[in-house]
Amino acid sequence: MSLVTDPRPLSQIPAPGEERAAAAAAERAARVELRRQIATLERQLSDALATAFVHATPDALTSAQAPAGRGAADAPRLLGLGELEAVRDALATRLGGARALLSAVGERQEQARLLREQMLREPHRHRFVRVARRDLGEPGCGFWEVRPRLGLVGMLMGWWQVKVSSGCPLAT
Amino acid sequence: MSGAGDDGPPDRGAAGAEATDGWIAGELAAELPGLALSSLVAPVGGPRTTPGLRRRLRTLSDRFGGARAVLLRSEPVPAAYRAFYRHVGLDPDVDRPPGEAVVLDRLVHGGFASSDRLADALLLAVVETGVPVWALDDERLDGPLGLRTAVAGERVGEGDTAGEAPDGQIVVADAARAAAVLFAAPAASHAAAAGTVRTRLYAIVVAGVPAIHVEEALWTAAEALTEG
Repeated sequence: MSLVTDPRPLSQIPAPGEERAAAAAAERAARVELRRQIATLERQLSDALATAFVHATPDALTSAQAPAGRGAADAPRLLGLGELEAVRDALATRLGGARALLSAVGERQEQARLLREQMLREPHRHRFVRVARRDLGEPGCGFWEVRPRLGLVGMLMGWWQVKVSSGCPLAT
Repeated sequence: MSGAGDDGPPDRGAAGAEATDGWIAGELAAELPGLALSSLVAPVGGPRTTPGLRRRLRTLSDRFGGARAVLLRSEPVPAAYRAFYRHVGLDPDVDRPPGEAVVLDRLVHGGFASSDRLADALLLAVVETGVPVWALDDERLDGPLGLRTAVAGERVGEGDTAGEAPDGQIVVADAARAAAVLFAAPAASHAAAAGTVRTRLYAIVVAGVPAIHVEEALWTAAEALTEG
Protein backbone atom coordinates (compact mmCIF):
# COMPACT_ATOMS: atom_id res chain seq x y z
CA MET A 1 0.00 0.00 0.00
CA SER A 2 1.37 3.38 -0.96
CA LEU A 3 0.49 6.77 0.50
CA VAL A 4 -0.40 9.61 -1.85
CA THR A 5 1.28 12.71 -0.57
CA ASP A 6 0.56 16.34 -1.43
CA PRO A 7 3.61 17.64 -3.29
CA ARG A 8 3.09 21.22 -2.05
CA PRO A 9 5.15 22.56 0.83
CA LEU A 10 3.30 22.40 4.13
CA SER A 11 2.99 26.19 4.30
CA GLN A 12 1.06 26.25 1.00
CA ILE A 13 -1.50 23.59 1.89
CA PRO A 14 -4.71 25.35 3.02
CA ALA A 15 -6.41 24.25 6.18
CA PRO A 16 -9.74 22.40 5.63
CA GLY A 17 -11.70 25.44 6.83
CA GLU A 18 -9.95 27.68 4.34
CA GLU A 19 -10.74 25.30 1.50
CA ARG A 20 -14.40 25.29 2.41
CA ALA A 21 -14.44 29.08 2.58
CA ALA A 22 -12.75 29.31 -0.81
CA ALA A 23 -15.28 26.88 -2.30
CA ALA A 24 -18.16 28.84 -0.80
CA ALA A 25 -16.76 32.09 -2.19
CA ALA A 26 -16.37 30.53 -5.62
CA GLU A 27 -19.94 29.25 -5.53
CA ARG A 28 -21.23 32.62 -4.46
CA ALA A 29 -19.36 34.26 -7.32
CA ALA A 30 -20.95 31.74 -9.69
CA ARG A 31 -24.42 32.58 -8.36
CA VAL A 32 -23.74 36.30 -8.82
CA GLU A 33 -22.70 35.65 -12.40
CA LEU A 34 -25.79 33.51 -13.05
CA ARG A 35 -28.06 36.23 -11.69
CA ARG A 36 -26.37 38.72 -14.00
CA GLN A 37 -26.96 36.40 -16.95
CA ILE A 38 -30.59 35.88 -15.95
CA ALA A 39 -31.18 39.64 -15.78
CA THR A 40 -29.63 40.08 -19.22
CA LEU A 41 -31.69 37.26 -20.74
CA GLU A 42 -34.88 38.56 -19.17
CA ARG A 43 -34.22 42.00 -20.64
CA GLN A 44 -33.51 40.53 -24.06
CA LEU A 45 -36.69 38.46 -23.92
CA SER A 46 -38.70 41.57 -23.08
CA ASP A 47 -37.05 43.41 -25.95
CA ALA A 48 -37.96 40.54 -28.29
CA LEU A 49 -41.61 40.88 -27.31
CA ALA A 50 -41.44 44.65 -27.76
CA THR A 51 -39.91 44.17 -31.23
CA ALA A 52 -42.65 41.72 -32.17
CA PHE A 53 -45.27 44.20 -30.99
CA VAL A 54 -43.75 47.09 -32.93
CA HIS A 55 -43.78 44.93 -36.07
CA ALA A 56 -47.40 43.96 -35.47
CA THR A 57 -46.60 40.31 -34.80
CA PRO A 58 -47.06 39.84 -31.04
CA ASP A 59 -49.02 36.62 -31.67
CA ALA A 60 -45.90 35.12 -33.18
CA LEU A 61 -44.21 35.23 -29.81
CA THR A 62 -47.05 33.86 -27.74
CA SER A 63 -45.69 30.34 -27.75
CA ALA A 64 -42.15 31.50 -27.07
CA GLN A 65 -43.25 33.75 -24.22
CA ALA A 66 -45.65 31.32 -22.60
CA PRO A 67 -44.15 29.71 -19.53
CA ALA A 68 -44.06 25.96 -19.39
CA GLY A 69 -46.25 26.00 -16.29
CA ARG A 70 -46.16 26.93 -12.70
CA GLY A 71 -43.28 25.29 -10.90
CA ALA A 72 -43.81 23.15 -7.87
CA ALA A 73 -41.83 25.51 -5.66
CA ASP A 74 -42.84 28.98 -6.76
CA ALA A 75 -42.44 30.69 -3.42
CA PRO A 76 -39.86 33.47 -3.37
CA ARG A 77 -36.66 32.03 -1.93
CA LEU A 78 -32.91 31.96 -2.35
CA LEU A 79 -32.01 29.72 -5.26
CA GLY A 80 -29.04 27.42 -5.29
CA LEU A 81 -26.52 27.14 -8.06
CA GLY A 82 -28.38 24.34 -9.85
CA GLU A 83 -31.71 26.16 -9.68
CA LEU A 84 -30.22 29.38 -11.01
CA GLU A 85 -28.64 27.41 -13.85
CA ALA A 86 -32.03 25.88 -14.65
CA VAL A 87 -33.66 29.36 -14.72
CA ARG A 88 -30.86 30.68 -16.92
CA ASP A 89 -31.11 27.74 -19.32
CA ALA A 90 -34.90 27.96 -19.56
CA LEU A 91 -34.67 31.67 -20.35
CA ALA A 92 -31.96 31.07 -22.93
CA THR A 93 -34.15 28.44 -24.61
CA ARG A 94 -37.15 30.78 -24.67
CA LEU A 95 -35.04 33.62 -26.00
CA GLY A 96 -33.64 31.36 -28.73
CA GLY A 97 -37.17 30.32 -29.71
CA ALA A 98 -38.37 33.92 -29.71
CA ARG A 99 -35.50 35.08 -31.89
CA ALA A 100 -36.03 32.21 -34.34
CA LEU A 101 -39.70 33.10 -34.59
CA LEU A 102 -38.93 36.77 -35.09
CA SER A 103 -36.41 35.89 -37.76
CA ALA A 104 -38.92 33.66 -39.59
CA VAL A 105 -41.60 36.35 -39.34
CA GLY A 106 -39.15 38.95 -40.65
CA GLU A 107 -38.34 36.73 -43.61
CA ARG A 108 -42.03 36.25 -44.44
CA GLN A 109 -42.61 39.98 -44.22
CA GLU A 110 -39.68 40.64 -46.51
CA GLN A 111 -41.13 38.22 -49.08
CA ALA A 112 -44.54 39.86 -48.78
CA ARG A 113 -43.03 43.30 -49.33
CA LEU A 114 -41.20 42.02 -52.39
CA LEU A 115 -44.44 40.59 -53.76
CA ARG A 116 -46.22 43.91 -53.19
CA GLU A 117 -43.48 45.72 -55.09
CA GLN A 118 -43.85 43.31 -57.99
CA MET A 119 -47.63 43.73 -57.89
CA LEU A 120 -47.26 47.51 -58.11
CA ARG A 121 -44.71 47.29 -60.93
CA GLU A 122 -46.46 44.62 -63.01
CA PRO A 123 -50.09 44.27 -61.90
CA HIS A 124 -51.08 42.33 -65.04
CA ARG A 125 -48.70 39.54 -64.04
CA HIS A 126 -50.24 39.24 -60.55
CA ARG A 127 -53.95 39.12 -61.28
CA PHE A 128 -56.11 38.90 -58.13
CA VAL A 129 -53.08 38.44 -55.89
CA ARG A 130 -53.73 39.71 -52.36
CA VAL A 131 -51.22 40.69 -49.69
CA ALA A 132 -52.52 41.37 -46.20
CA ARG A 133 -51.19 44.33 -44.22
CA ARG A 134 -50.60 41.93 -41.37
CA ASP A 135 -48.27 39.85 -43.55
CA LEU A 136 -46.32 43.02 -44.28
CA GLY A 137 -45.91 43.73 -40.58
CA GLU A 138 -48.21 46.73 -40.80
CA PRO A 139 -51.02 47.45 -38.36
CA GLY A 140 -54.63 47.14 -39.49
CA CYS A 141 -56.50 44.46 -41.40
CA GLY A 142 -56.56 45.77 -44.96
CA PHE A 143 -55.24 44.16 -48.13
CA TRP A 144 -53.25 45.13 -51.19
CA GLU A 145 -54.96 43.44 -54.10
CA VAL A 146 -54.59 43.39 -57.90
CA ARG A 147 -58.04 44.07 -59.42
CA PRO A 148 -59.24 44.82 -62.94
CA ARG A 149 -59.95 48.48 -63.66
CA LEU A 150 -63.65 48.98 -64.54
CA GLY A 151 -64.55 45.43 -63.61
CA LEU A 152 -65.27 43.05 -66.48
CA VAL A 153 -64.20 45.56 -69.12
CA GLY A 154 -60.80 45.95 -67.50
CA MET A 155 -60.47 42.19 -67.21
CA LEU A 156 -61.11 41.76 -70.95
CA MET A 157 -58.91 44.71 -71.92
CA GLY A 158 -56.07 43.73 -69.56
CA TRP A 159 -56.33 46.87 -67.41
CA TRP A 160 -55.08 45.86 -63.98
CA GLN A 161 -54.38 47.93 -60.91
CA VAL A 162 -53.42 47.50 -57.28
CA LYS A 163 -56.14 48.51 -54.84
CA VAL A 164 -55.82 48.98 -51.11
CA SER A 165 -58.85 47.87 -49.15
CA SER A 166 -60.30 50.40 -46.77
CA GLY A 167 -59.48 48.57 -43.54
CA CYS A 168 -61.11 46.53 -40.85
CA PRO A 169 -64.75 45.48 -41.12
CA LEU A 170 -67.12 47.28 -38.81
CA ALA A 171 -67.89 45.59 -35.54
CA THR A 172 -71.29 43.89 -35.55
CA MET B 1 -53.25 71.62 1.06
CA SER B 2 -55.13 68.93 -0.79
CA GLY B 3 -58.78 68.21 -0.77
CA ALA B 4 -61.46 66.31 -2.57
CA GLY B 5 -62.05 69.05 -5.05
CA ASP B 6 -58.50 70.39 -5.14
CA ASP B 7 -56.27 69.71 -8.14
CA GLY B 8 -53.07 71.00 -6.53
CA PRO B 9 -50.32 68.78 -5.14
CA PRO B 10 -51.12 67.37 -1.71
CA ASP B 11 -49.19 68.47 1.34
CA ARG B 12 -46.30 66.10 2.11
CA GLY B 13 -46.40 66.97 5.75
CA ALA B 14 -49.86 65.47 6.01
CA ALA B 15 -48.49 61.94 6.34
CA GLY B 16 -46.33 63.20 9.20
CA ALA B 17 -43.49 60.67 9.12
CA GLU B 18 -40.28 59.77 7.37
CA ALA B 19 -39.67 56.71 5.23
CA THR B 20 -37.36 54.31 7.02
CA ASP B 21 -35.24 51.41 5.81
CA GLY B 22 -36.11 48.03 7.23
CA TRP B 23 -33.64 45.36 8.33
CA ILE B 24 -32.48 42.64 5.96
CA ALA B 25 -31.28 39.25 7.18
CA GLY B 26 -27.58 38.70 6.53
CA GLU B 27 -27.95 35.82 4.08
CA LEU B 28 -30.45 37.79 1.96
CA ALA B 29 -28.29 40.91 1.95
CA ALA B 30 -25.27 38.87 0.92
CA GLU B 31 -27.05 36.95 -1.83
CA LEU B 32 -29.35 39.64 -3.19
CA PRO B 33 -27.51 42.97 -3.12
CA GLY B 34 -29.86 45.86 -3.63
CA LEU B 35 -32.75 44.15 -1.87
CA ALA B 36 -34.29 46.48 0.70
CA LEU B 37 -37.53 47.28 2.43
CA SER B 38 -38.66 50.84 2.90
CA SER B 39 -41.61 51.73 5.12
CA LEU B 40 -43.62 54.73 6.13
CA VAL B 41 -46.26 55.12 8.82
CA ALA B 42 -49.33 57.04 7.71
CA PRO B 43 -52.70 57.81 9.26
CA VAL B 44 -55.76 56.64 7.37
CA GLY B 45 -58.25 59.40 6.71
CA GLY B 46 -61.24 57.08 6.52
CA PRO B 47 -62.45 54.02 4.67
CA ARG B 48 -64.22 55.80 1.84
CA THR B 49 -62.29 56.90 -1.18
CA THR B 50 -62.37 60.53 -2.25
CA PRO B 51 -63.53 62.16 -5.49
CA GLY B 52 -59.95 63.41 -5.97
CA LEU B 53 -58.57 59.88 -5.82
CA ARG B 54 -61.19 58.57 -8.21
CA ARG B 55 -60.41 61.40 -10.61
CA ARG B 56 -56.67 60.66 -10.50
CA LEU B 57 -57.30 57.01 -11.25
CA ARG B 58 -59.52 57.95 -14.18
CA THR B 59 -56.81 60.23 -15.55
CA LEU B 60 -54.23 57.47 -15.18
CA SER B 61 -56.53 55.03 -16.99
CA ASP B 62 -56.20 57.20 -20.09
CA ARG B 63 -52.41 56.96 -19.97
CA PHE B 64 -52.26 53.16 -20.16
CA GLY B 65 -53.32 51.59 -23.44
CA GLY B 66 -52.49 48.21 -24.91
CA ALA B 67 -49.20 49.37 -26.39
CA ARG B 68 -47.98 50.69 -23.05
CA ALA B 69 -48.96 47.43 -21.36
CA VAL B 70 -46.88 45.38 -23.78
CA LEU B 71 -43.88 47.68 -23.69
CA LEU B 72 -44.04 48.21 -19.91
CA ARG B 73 -41.76 45.25 -19.19
CA SER B 74 -38.94 46.98 -21.07
CA GLU B 75 -39.08 50.05 -18.82
CA PRO B 76 -36.38 50.20 -16.12
CA VAL B 77 -38.47 49.72 -12.97
CA PRO B 78 -40.72 46.86 -14.21
CA ALA B 79 -37.65 45.25 -15.83
CA ALA B 80 -35.82 45.35 -12.50
CA TYR B 81 -38.71 43.61 -10.74
CA ARG B 82 -38.98 41.00 -13.51
CA ALA B 83 -35.28 40.16 -13.19
CA PHE B 84 -35.56 39.95 -9.42
CA TYR B 85 -38.59 37.66 -9.68
CA ARG B 86 -36.45 35.27 -11.69
CA HIS B 87 -33.66 35.52 -9.13
CA VAL B 88 -35.95 34.32 -6.34
CA GLY B 89 -37.59 31.55 -8.32
CA LEU B 90 -40.76 33.32 -9.43
CA ASP B 91 -41.85 33.47 -13.04
CA PRO B 92 -43.03 37.02 -13.81
CA ASP B 93 -45.12 35.67 -16.69
CA VAL B 94 -47.11 33.57 -14.20
CA ASP B 95 -46.96 35.59 -10.99
CA ARG B 96 -47.06 39.05 -12.52
CA PRO B 97 -45.17 41.77 -10.66
CA PRO B 98 -47.83 44.11 -9.23
CA GLY B 99 -46.82 46.97 -11.54
CA GLU B 100 -47.64 44.84 -14.57
CA ALA B 101 -50.65 43.11 -13.03
CA VAL B 102 -52.53 46.36 -12.41
CA VAL B 103 -51.96 47.52 -15.99
CA LEU B 104 -53.22 44.20 -17.36
CA ASP B 105 -56.27 44.52 -15.10
CA ARG B 106 -56.82 47.99 -16.46
CA LEU B 107 -56.89 46.58 -20.01
CA VAL B 108 -59.35 43.87 -19.02
CA HIS B 109 -61.69 46.18 -17.11
CA GLY B 110 -61.29 49.26 -19.27
CA GLY B 111 -59.95 51.41 -16.45
CA PHE B 112 -58.35 51.38 -13.02
CA ALA B 113 -61.23 50.30 -10.82
CA SER B 114 -61.78 52.44 -7.75
CA SER B 115 -62.85 50.72 -4.52
CA ASP B 116 -62.02 51.85 -0.98
CA ARG B 117 -59.51 54.49 -0.02
CA LEU B 118 -56.74 52.09 0.98
CA ALA B 119 -56.93 50.04 -2.20
CA ASP B 120 -57.11 53.20 -4.30
CA ALA B 121 -54.08 54.70 -2.56
CA LEU B 122 -51.97 51.57 -3.14
CA LEU B 123 -53.17 51.34 -6.74
CA LEU B 124 -52.31 54.97 -7.37
CA ALA B 125 -48.80 54.48 -5.97
CA VAL B 126 -47.95 51.46 -8.11
CA VAL B 127 -49.42 52.91 -11.29
CA GLU B 128 -47.64 56.23 -10.92
CA THR B 129 -44.23 54.87 -9.96
CA GLY B 130 -44.13 51.18 -10.90
CA VAL B 131 -43.16 50.39 -7.31
CA PRO B 132 -45.70 48.23 -5.44
CA VAL B 133 -46.72 49.29 -1.96
CA TRP B 134 -48.47 47.15 0.65
CA ALA B 135 -50.18 48.26 3.85
CA LEU B 136 -50.10 46.69 7.30
CA ASP B 137 -52.00 47.70 10.40
CA ASP B 138 -49.33 49.52 12.40
CA GLU B 139 -50.93 48.60 15.71
CA ARG B 140 -50.54 44.88 14.97
CA LEU B 141 -46.79 45.15 14.39
CA ASP B 142 -43.99 44.61 16.85
CA GLY B 143 -41.01 46.80 15.98
CA PRO B 144 -39.52 47.60 12.61
CA LEU B 145 -40.20 45.55 9.49
CA GLY B 146 -37.59 43.56 7.67
CA LEU B 147 -36.92 40.69 5.30
CA ARG B 148 -35.73 37.22 6.25
CA THR B 149 -36.27 33.62 5.28
CA ALA B 150 -38.91 31.57 7.04
CA VAL B 151 -37.96 28.64 9.24
CA ALA B 152 -39.59 25.23 8.97
CA GLY B 153 -43.14 25.21 10.29
CA GLU B 154 -43.39 28.97 10.58
CA ARG B 155 -46.73 30.61 9.85
CA VAL B 156 -47.41 33.90 8.12
CA GLY B 157 -49.75 35.97 10.25
CA GLU B 158 -51.59 34.61 13.24
CA GLY B 159 -54.91 33.07 14.10
CA ASP B 160 -57.11 30.96 11.87
CA THR B 161 -56.17 32.80 8.72
CA ALA B 162 -52.41 32.26 9.12
CA GLY B 163 -50.85 30.27 6.32
CA GLU B 164 -47.79 28.08 6.53
CA ALA B 165 -44.58 29.40 5.00
CA PRO B 166 -42.33 26.78 3.41
CA ASP B 167 -38.84 26.57 4.85
CA GLY B 168 -36.63 29.18 3.21
CA GLN B 169 -39.44 31.29 1.79
CA ILE B 170 -38.64 35.00 1.90
CA VAL B 171 -41.03 36.81 4.19
CA VAL B 172 -41.71 40.30 5.48
CA ALA B 173 -41.55 40.15 9.25
CA ASP B 174 -41.52 42.24 12.38
CA ALA B 175 -39.72 41.27 15.57
CA ALA B 176 -42.37 38.71 16.47
CA ARG B 177 -43.56 36.95 13.31
CA ALA B 178 -43.89 36.90 9.56
CA ALA B 179 -46.59 39.26 8.34
CA ALA B 180 -46.47 38.61 4.60
CA VAL B 181 -44.74 36.56 1.96
CA LEU B 182 -42.46 38.62 -0.27
CA PHE B 183 -44.48 40.27 -3.07
CA ALA B 184 -47.74 38.80 -1.77
CA ALA B 185 -50.66 40.41 0.01
CA PRO B 186 -50.14 40.63 3.79
CA ALA B 187 -51.70 38.05 6.11
CA ALA B 188 -55.28 38.95 6.98
CA SER B 189 -54.34 39.25 10.66
CA HIS B 190 -51.82 42.00 9.90
CA ALA B 191 -53.20 43.68 6.78
CA ALA B 192 -54.59 47.19 7.03
CA ALA B 193 -58.38 47.02 6.80
CA ALA B 194 -61.48 49.15 7.16
CA GLY B 195 -60.95 49.88 10.85
CA THR B 196 -57.24 50.65 10.62
CA VAL B 197 -56.36 54.03 12.08
CA ARG B 198 -52.65 54.05 11.29
CA THR B 199 -51.02 52.00 8.59
CA ARG B 200 -47.44 50.93 7.98
CA LEU B 201 -46.86 51.21 4.25
CA TYR B 202 -43.94 49.27 2.87
CA ALA B 203 -42.27 48.81 -0.49
CA ILE B 204 -39.80 46.16 -1.59
CA VAL B 205 -36.77 47.65 -3.28
CA VAL B 206 -34.68 45.60 -5.70
CA ALA B 207 -31.47 46.36 -7.56
CA GLY B 208 -32.18 48.72 -10.45
CA VAL B 209 -35.08 50.56 -8.83
CA PRO B 210 -34.07 54.14 -8.05
CA ALA B 211 -34.59 55.20 -4.44
CA ILE B 212 -36.54 58.25 -5.60
CA HIS B 213 -39.21 55.97 -7.13
CA VAL B 214 -39.58 54.07 -3.88
CA GLU B 215 -39.90 57.20 -1.81
CA GLU B 216 -42.36 58.63 -4.29
CA ALA B 217 -44.47 55.46 -4.16
CA LEU B 218 -44.68 55.54 -0.36
CA TRP B 219 -45.48 59.22 -0.26
CA THR B 220 -48.05 58.94 -3.01
CA ALA B 221 -49.89 56.25 -1.06
CA ALA B 222 -49.53 58.13 2.25
CA GLU B 223 -50.87 61.35 0.80
CA ALA B 224 -53.76 59.58 -0.83
CA LEU B 225 -54.66 58.06 2.54
CA THR B 226 -54.65 61.38 4.33
CA GLU B 227 -56.09 63.72 1.72
CA GLY B 228 -59.64 64.95 1.68
